[in-house]
Amino acid sequence: MDKHEGPDAGTIRLDDPWYDALAVGWGEGEGGEPPPPRPAAGGRAAPGASDIYLEVQRSAAFQEVRSRYRGFVVPATAGFLLWYVAYVVAATTAPGIMARPVFGAVNVALLAGLGQFLSTFLLTWAYSRHARLRRDRAALDLRWTVFEQERDQERNRNRNQSRGTGR
Amino acid sequence: MTTEHQTLALILFSLFIAVTLGITTWVSRNRHGSAEEFYVGGRLFSPMENGFAIAGDYMSAASFLGISGLIALFGYDGLLYSVGFLVAWLVVLFLVAELVRNCGRFTLADVVAARMSERPVRIAAGASSVTVSVLYLVAQMVGAGSLVGLLLGDSGTAARTLTVIGVGALMVVYVSFGGMRATTWIQIVKAVLLMGGAVTLTVLVLLRFHGDFDQLLTSAAERSGHGRRFLSPGLKYGADWTSRFDFMSLGLALVLGTAGLPHILSRFYTVPTARAARRSVVWAIALIGGFYLMTIVLGFGAAALVGPDEVRASNASGNTAVPLLAAFLGGGAGTTGGAVLFAFVAAIAFATILAVVAGITLASSASVAHDLYASLKRRHARQRSEVAVARVAAVGIGAVAIALGLLAQDLNVAFLVGLAFAVAASANLPVLLYSLFWRGFTTRGAVWSVYGGLVPAVVLVVLSPVVSGSPESLFPGVSFQFFPLQNPGLVSIPLGFLAGWLGTVTSAEEPGEAKYAETEVRSLTGAGAV
Repeated sequence: MDKHEGPDAGTIRLDDPWYDALAVGWGEGEGGEPPPPRPAAGGRAAPGASDIYLEVQRSAAFQEVRSRYRGFVVPATAGFLLWYVAYVVAATTAPGIMARPVFGAVNVALLAGLGQFLSTFLLTWAYSRHARLRRDRAALDLRWTVFEQERDQERNRNRNQSRGTGR
Repeated sequence: MTTEHQTLALILFSLFIAVTLGITTWVSRNRHGSAEEFYVGGRLFSPMENGFAIAGDYMSAASFLGISGLIALFGYDGLLYSVGFLVAWLVVLFLVAELVRNCGRFTLADVVAARMSERPVRIAAGASSVTVSVLYLVAQMVGAGSLVGLLLGDSGTAARTLTVIGVGALMVVYVSFGGMRATTWIQIVKAVLLMGGAVTLTVLVLLRFHGDFDQLLTSAAERSGHGRRFLSPGLKYGADWTSRFDFMSLGLALVLGTAGLPHILSRFYTVPTARAARRSVVWAIALIGGFYLMTIVLGFGAAALVGPDEVRASNASGNTAVPLLAAFLGGGAGTTGGAVLFAFVAAIAFATILAVVAGITLASSASVAHDLYASLKRRHARQRSEVAVARVAAVGIGAVAIALGLLAQDLNVAFLVGLAFAVAASANLPVLLYSLFWRGFTTRGAVWSVYGGLVPAVVLVVLSPVVSGSPESLFPGVSFQFFPLQNPGLVSIPLGFLAGWLGTVTSAEEPGEAKYAETEVRSLTGAGAV
C-alpha cells in the first residue's frame, strides 16, 4: 500500500483554510442563502472568483498538471477498458479458445480472469505512484495560488468598501 | 437446520447488533447535528478507515453470497461477475474519486450543479440516485430474506418477512441517530469481520485440498456434472446469443456502474483531501480484490465439497452456498463444529447486509434532502433543518425497499445488484463524466443525459424477462415482455451518453467558459474544496 503518505496528510484538518462549515446545510441557522456577491465599489468591475479560475486555468503550471493527469489517465483508461471488453467478448463468444487447457485444470479463461485481477492491481499501484510523484505537489501549489488570489481580492474589496463608506 | 445452529447464529448476530448500536450511541453523543456531520462525518476519516469502509460498503450480500453461489452453480460464469466488480474500481480511481472529492460537497448532484443552473440538474440527479439506491437496497433485503429462509427452513415464511422488516427498521435507527459517523464505523467493523470470515473459510477449503488449487478445480468440475465445461465460460451465458448479449450487457454495467453509485460517491466526501480519497480507493481496491480472489476459492469449494445439487435445493439461485460450505467445513451439518462455523458465517452475512443497507440508506436520504427536497420545497415553506428531512427520508426509503424486497424474494442477489449497476451506469456516470471533462456541456445536456439513461434503463427492466413472461420473473402469470435481455446496460448506457451529447448540441445555452474553468481547476487542484 501507499506508505509514502508523510505526516502532512493527517494535519490538514479543522485548520484547513477551505473548511467552511458555516456555508453548509440550509435551514440550520438564520441565513440559509449565501450572501450575494457584493458589487465592487467605485463603479469599476473588480475581478470575480471566476476570473481567478480562468487565469489559473490558462497558466502554464495548471496546463502542466492537467496534461500530466490526462497523459496517464487517458491511455490507461483506454487500455484497461479495451482489455476488459476483449475479455468479456472472448468469454461469451469464443468459449472454445477460453476452454483450452494450459496446465492441469487451469485453462486460458482462468488465466485471463486472474490476469484481470493482476492488471487492476498493477494499474492501481502505477496510478497512485504517478499521482504522488508527478502531480500532488504542483496541484497543492496551485491550490495555494488560488487561495492567495482570492484572499487578496477580498482584501481589496474590503478596503474599497471602507473607503466608500468613509467618504 | 438444527436449533443449535439457529441459537448460535442468533446470539452472534445479536452481538453484532449490540456492538453496532453501541457504536451508534457512542459516536452520536454530543453531536451537533449539522449536515456536514450527518452526511459525511465531519470529513475527518483517515484513508485507511475510509478504505475499509468503502470495502465494507461495496462488498455486499451480492458479493459474499451471490457470486460464490453463482460460481458454485455455474462455475466460471460466476467469476465473470467478480472481475467486473473489481475492474470497475479503476474507473473510480482514475476518473472519479479525486475529482468528485474536490468539486462536490455531499452528493453527485453537487458536482454537476456547480456548473449548471441548479434546480433541474439537482432534481434529475437526485431522482436517479434514489432509484439506484432503492434497487440496490432491494437486493440486500432479498439477501437477508434468503439467509433467514436457510436458517429457519420452510417453516420460516413469517420469520422471513419479519426479518426483512427488522433489518429495515434497524438500518433506519442507525442512520437517523448515527449519521455517517456511525455508518462508517459499522462498515469498518463489518469489513474486518467479512475479510476474517472469508480468509478463514478459504484457508479451510485449501487445507482440504492440501493447498492444491488444481485439485480443487478438478473435483469441482467432477462434482458439478458438467466436467471440464464447468471451468470455462458458457454454462450460464453461452446457450444462445440472447444470453451472450445479456452477459456483455451485464459486464458493461458492472464496470461502469460503480463510479455512479451514490453511496460509493458519498464515501469520498468523508476524508479531508482528494489525496486521502485516492489513498482510500487504493486501500479499497486491495481489500476488494483480495476478497474476490477468495470468493473464487469459496465458490469452487462449495461446488466441490457441497455440490451444486444440494446448493440448488437449499436456494434456487445459489445465495446460500457459502453458509452451506461453512457447515460442511466445520464437520457437517449435525456437528458442533459445523454449527459454529455456519452460525459464524450467517452472522457475518447479516452484518454485511446491515452495513450495506445503512450506507445506501444514508446516501439516498442525502439525495432526497439535499437535492430533491431542497429543490422542490416551496420558497415560503416552514423552515426545517436539512438533517431532519434526511431522517424522515431514511424512513421512507426504508419502507419502499422493504416492500419491494418482500416482492422480489426469489431472485439472485448478485443479479439484482447488476440491475442497480446498470441504472447507475446509464443515468449517473454520463452526466458525471461530461460535467468533469467536457467544456461545452450545458444544463440541457445534463438533464437529458440523466433522464436519457434513467428512463430507458428502468423501462427496459420492466419490459424484460425479469418482471414478466418467464417462470422465474416477478409476475410469472402475465407477459408484457418485449426486451430480450435481463440487464438493460448494453442499450441504456450508450443512450445515456448519447442523450447528454444530443441535449448539449441542441441547446441554445452558451456553455459557461468561466464555470468550466472553475470546475476544471478545482477538480484537479482542490482549490476551494470543502
